[in-house]
Amino acid sequence: MKDIKVLGSGCSKCVATAKLIEDIAQTKGVDIQVEKVTDLTQILGYGVMSTPGVVIDGTVVHAGNVPARNKVEAWFAK
Amino acid sequence: MNSITEPIGKRETFRLWSIVVIVTLLWVFLYNAIQPLSEWISYEALGLARTSHAGEAVAFFFYDVPKIMLLISGMIFVITVLRTFFSAERARRLLSGKRSGVGNVLASALGIVTPFCSCSAVPLFIGFVEAGIPLGVTFSFLVAAPVINEVALALLYGMFGWKVAVLYVTSGMTISIVTGLFIGRLGVERWVEDFVWKMQVRGAEDQSANLTWDERFGRGREAVKEIVEKVWLYVLIGIGIGAGIHGYVPTDAMAAYMGKDAAWWSVPLVVLVALPLYSNAAGMAPILLALVEKGAALGTALAFMMAVVGVSLPETILLRRVLKPQLIAIFIGVVTVAIIITGYLFNLIL
Repeated sequence: MKDIKVLGSGCSKCVATAKLIEDIAQTKGVDIQVEKVTDLTQILGYGVMSTPGVVIDGTVVHAGNVPARNKVEAWFAK
Repeated sequence: MNSITEPIGKRETFRLWSIVVIVTLLWVFLYNAIQPLSEWISYEALGLARTSHAGEAVAFFFYDVPKIMLLISGMIFVITVLRTFFSAERARRLLSGKRSGVGNVLASALGIVTPFCSCSAVPLFIGFVEAGIPLGVTFSFLVAAPVINEVALALLYGMFGWKVAVLYVTSGMTISIVTGLFIGRLGVERWVEDFVWKMQVRGAEDQSANLTWDERFGRGREAVKEIVEKVWLYVLIGIGIGAGIHGYVPTDAMAAYMGKDAAWWSVPLVVLVALPLYSNAAGMAPILLALVEKGAALGTALAFMMAVVGVSLPETILLRRVLKPQLIAIFIGVVTVAIIITGYLFNLIL
């Protein structure tokens, strides 16, 4: 199971990012757990200044905007 | 980083650039076709007289709506693609170790080109301060981004020409540099919330590197779609009001209130009125055009617009999390004064 964290202060783009990830994981049949992180200390702890950011199993894979669809698909490729 | 970049074949690259060229040509063609088309609709198809109030208002509307939508789309696309080469992380790296002065100028320029959403203002602020970037330089960055709005820039260029567009960017940068320098001089570090100084920011990854042209153009396309969806209604309403003023309000009606020879307090008054308004630049600009046509001074009008788009209540509320009320007050005060001075300056030199 992949542990996914969406970093962001709760703006519309962060919500869109979380939803996109959940949708794609579901179509691909990948088991994930999505958690929205809104705590500033934690977000900055990942070194992310521009939200939304995405963390998969502890590694920052994306930051700054809603990720492109094919980028999210690549995360679940294996 | 686990982005998978497949090598794109020559054929794909050719296809991509062909699309870009075709779309650009189509854009140019449409842009040039608007004027004859709008006149045909109002005077031939609708049969309105050229000199009538209604005829003028309708032609203004049919000319401005497509023109402004095309300008906004084109501008957003170009700026978004340009912005894929920059990121908050890169700006932070470029600015760390810079002193005030040079740092403020660089921060102001980076504030324009860095993709930045006002909801990121707080983490960005902390990230900058933590990297040892002086407070004043950080403020220059934070002020430049909203004051110089790409939609407003597209509109000003389309309606008033390149001189006013350049003037807008120059004055926006000046405001952000001056604000930053001033706040830096005040030494108000004590009015930043204490927890900010204790934050640890891990080395951040630069998201602007390793993007393919496909991804950059894709971002541009998405941004156009997103912003046009968001602003089209404001543009329509703004142009509608503008068209009404254009057709019905007598020339020079605004001269007494917002003109060059209006009372000295006209600039500060319009800025104070504009501060609490936080409207879309897209809706604002067509109204401005109409006001200027009716005798409002351009400097006064521009000051009004910058106050409307530059000082946003939502962003200020967010910043309250990291700044104590005293510093928030100073921040708003300094930006306001800077905008008022710019308004006077424009009125003097234009």
